[in-house]
Parts: sequence; structure tokens; C-alpha cells
Amino acid sequence: MRYDSLLDSLGHTPLVGLPALSPSPEVRLWAKLEDRNPTGSVKDRTAFFMIQRAEKEGLLQPGSTILEPTSGNTGISLAMVAQLRGYRLVCVMPENTSAERTQLLRMWGAEIHYSPAAGGSNEAVRVAKQMAEDNPDWVMLYQYGNAANAQAHYETTGPELLADLPEITHFVAGLGTTGTLMGVGRYLREQRPQVRIVAAEPRYGELVYGLRNLDEGFVPELYDESVLTTRFSVPSDAALKRTRELLTQEGIFAGVSTGGALHAALGEAAKATKAGERADIAIIIADGGWKYLSTGAYEGTLAEAEERLEGQLWA
Amino acid sequence: MAIEVRIPTILRDYTGGAKTVEGSGGTLGELVSDLDARHPGIAARIVEEGKLRRFVNVYLNDEDVRFLGGIDTAVSDGDTVTVLPAVAGGRL
Repeated sequence: MRYDSLLDSLGHTPLVGLPALSPSPEVRLWAKLEDRNPTGSVKDRTAFFMIQRAEKEGLLQPGSTILEPTSGNTGISLAMVAQLRGYRLVCVMPENTSAERTQLLRMWGAEIHYSPAAGGSNEAVRVAKQMAEDNPDWVMLYQYGNAANAQAHYETTGPELLADLPEITHFVAGLGTTGTLMGVGRYLREQRPQVRIVAAEPRYGELVYGLRNLDEGFVPELYDESVLTTRFSVPSDAALKRTRELLTQEGIFAGVSTGGALHAALGEAAKATKAGERADIAIIIADGGWKYLSTGAYEGTLAEAEERLEGQLWA
Repeated sequence: MAIEVRIPTILRDYTGGAKTVEGSGGTLGELVSDLDARHPGIAARIVEEGKLRRFVNVYLNDEDVRFLGGIDTAVSDGDTVTVLPAVAGGRL
């Protein structure tokens, strides 16, 4: 397939069956390979739509500075687009994210401002909001509250899924900014009112929770609970186990958050099987495993990998 | 077979330090009552006026029971129930 530029090739990712992980011919799992986007993650859609909208609204001119709180993928996507368009990008990122993410961000020309590990992504959001106040001429695209984030998925990911899988019964994705779930969820609901929209939320070990300031729970502005049918909380060990299963049973090398989505999808698959219902369950492969190799998630036994991942943000 | 219940650190005083305990019941509410019979006081930290307390999250096989049937969610042998303090809010 031929495109005028890398950005023009955004989206239109393959949907592949997961025959080994599917419980039966009646209850099938499908994976949308979002790692096949220009910088290797689903966030390319978000970044491109947010920048495009800001340009249309006249917020960005060449030389403008973009500021964004991000644990990695959105920053990497924004960095690539910003470099092509001549914007400066400042990312606020928790210090306990993987080393590859820092390298990739710098490679595409982004500047990184680290926020304390203790608060996770919430703390990065808080720090970025403060920096935006201190630098009123900077443009914070703010993926957690930018309607263009969800709109990207409403206009592209959702229609692509339905075209490839008209019989879709479930859509499962990780819950972060909530953009994927809100956008795809709203689109599919309009087209298939009975569809189940399922969120997989990362559940970190008590080490991370213990460090957190629990009074500062953060709910992204994009989040609308009514779009969701249900929500799973996936512990690190389960996410790791499912990430390994994707690799060994289906040959798919995905990031750890995708293991979380698979865990929720298998939970829904088990319920459909028990109820004797047909199901076609689509999950999002948010990114490949490359950026997480240094975390040790793919080496040694599961217990060893889990120990290494303790205290790290994997989604 | 029984239902496995995972207890957060903050409630392990009630379980003699145990991370997981076993219980039985047809619904989550019955399960909590059953736990309270052996671990007196634990129910009041999870349930209030017949509802799940606001700052407690309970998961059935990792699915949030607030999206299922709340305190009336059906449970059965072989299930795993996880109790956790909600991130937004803190104390149980």
C-alpha cells in the first residue's frame, strides 16, 4: 500500500484472530494491531488528531511549544508529529517509566521533565498543569481532557473495527486517558446497541499504592462511565501472564498493558461460554513489547518478571 | 471448593495477617457475613447500611462488582474476590 508520507499511513491496522486463545469457534477473540502505527502505538491516532485540531483552531504555529503529561506513548507520538511540523515538545513523565521511552522521546527531539515516581501519572498531570500556568504561551494538548483524543477513535478506530468485524459483541481496551474506550465505545454503541464495552484498568502492587497520595485520585475529564458496560482491575501478575500467553500462543509481542486487556477479554469470554452465548471480542494491542524489554517482563519465570516489575508503571 | 477472598494489608489485622482467606455464600453480601463470623469486625469495614462502602473496591474475578450486582452480585465456588481500598479516597 502506498501513502504520500508516514503520517498519511496512520491507522487502517490489521485485525487478527487469536485462534489459540479463543475458547471455542463460537467465542472468538480478535486483536487490532495498533503497534502497526507510525511510531508503534495506538497513541499515534490521538496525537495526530490533537495536533491537527490545535492547528485548525490556530493554537499552534511553527515554533510553538507543546506541553504534555505522558507516561510515554503519547509523548513519543507527539514528538514525531511535532518534529515534522516544527513545534517544540516538553513532556512531563513519571521517573519510574522504562528507559526506552526516554530514549525514544529524546530521539524525536522532545524535552523531558520528570515528575516524582510516587504519584504516577496523576502526579505528572499535576506537574504539567502547574507548568502550563507558569508558561501561558505554551500549548497543553492535554490528552486526558482533549475531545480530539476520543474523536480520533470515534472517527477511525471504531469504524475500522466494525468494517472488519461486523459481528462484534465486545470491545476491550486499557483504561488510561479513557480516549480509546470513549471514542470506540460511543461509535460502536450507535451502530451495535448491544455491544459490551469493557475497560481493563491496571492494578498496581501495594508498593505503588502505598506511595500514592490516595486523596488525590484523578479521573480524566474524558471519562464517562455510562459508555462502559463493565470494568476489570488487572493485577500486574495477571497482565504479565497474559502478555506471555499472547507471545507463546499467538506469536504477538505486545506491551504489558495489552496483557491487561487480554485478561479482561478472557474474563468476558469465560462468561459468554458459561452462558452459552456467541461472542466476537475485539481487543486493542496498544503497543509492541520493544519499549519494555529493559523492565525484564519477557525474561525468566513469571515470578521473576513480576518481582522486577514491582514498583514500575506498566500502563 | 470455596471462594477465595484476597484481603488488603489494611484489613489483615482482622485475618491474623492472612493475605487470603476462604469463605462461602451465594452472593457477595452472604460471603461478607460468612467472613465476619470467623473474622469479627471485617464486614463493617467493607459494608455499610447494606451497601458497599464508598471507598472500598471489590472485584469478582478481577471485575468491578459495582458494574455487576454490587453487594447482591452472585458468587460461586472457585471464584476469587479481591477487596481493595479505592484509589480515590483511601481509608477503608
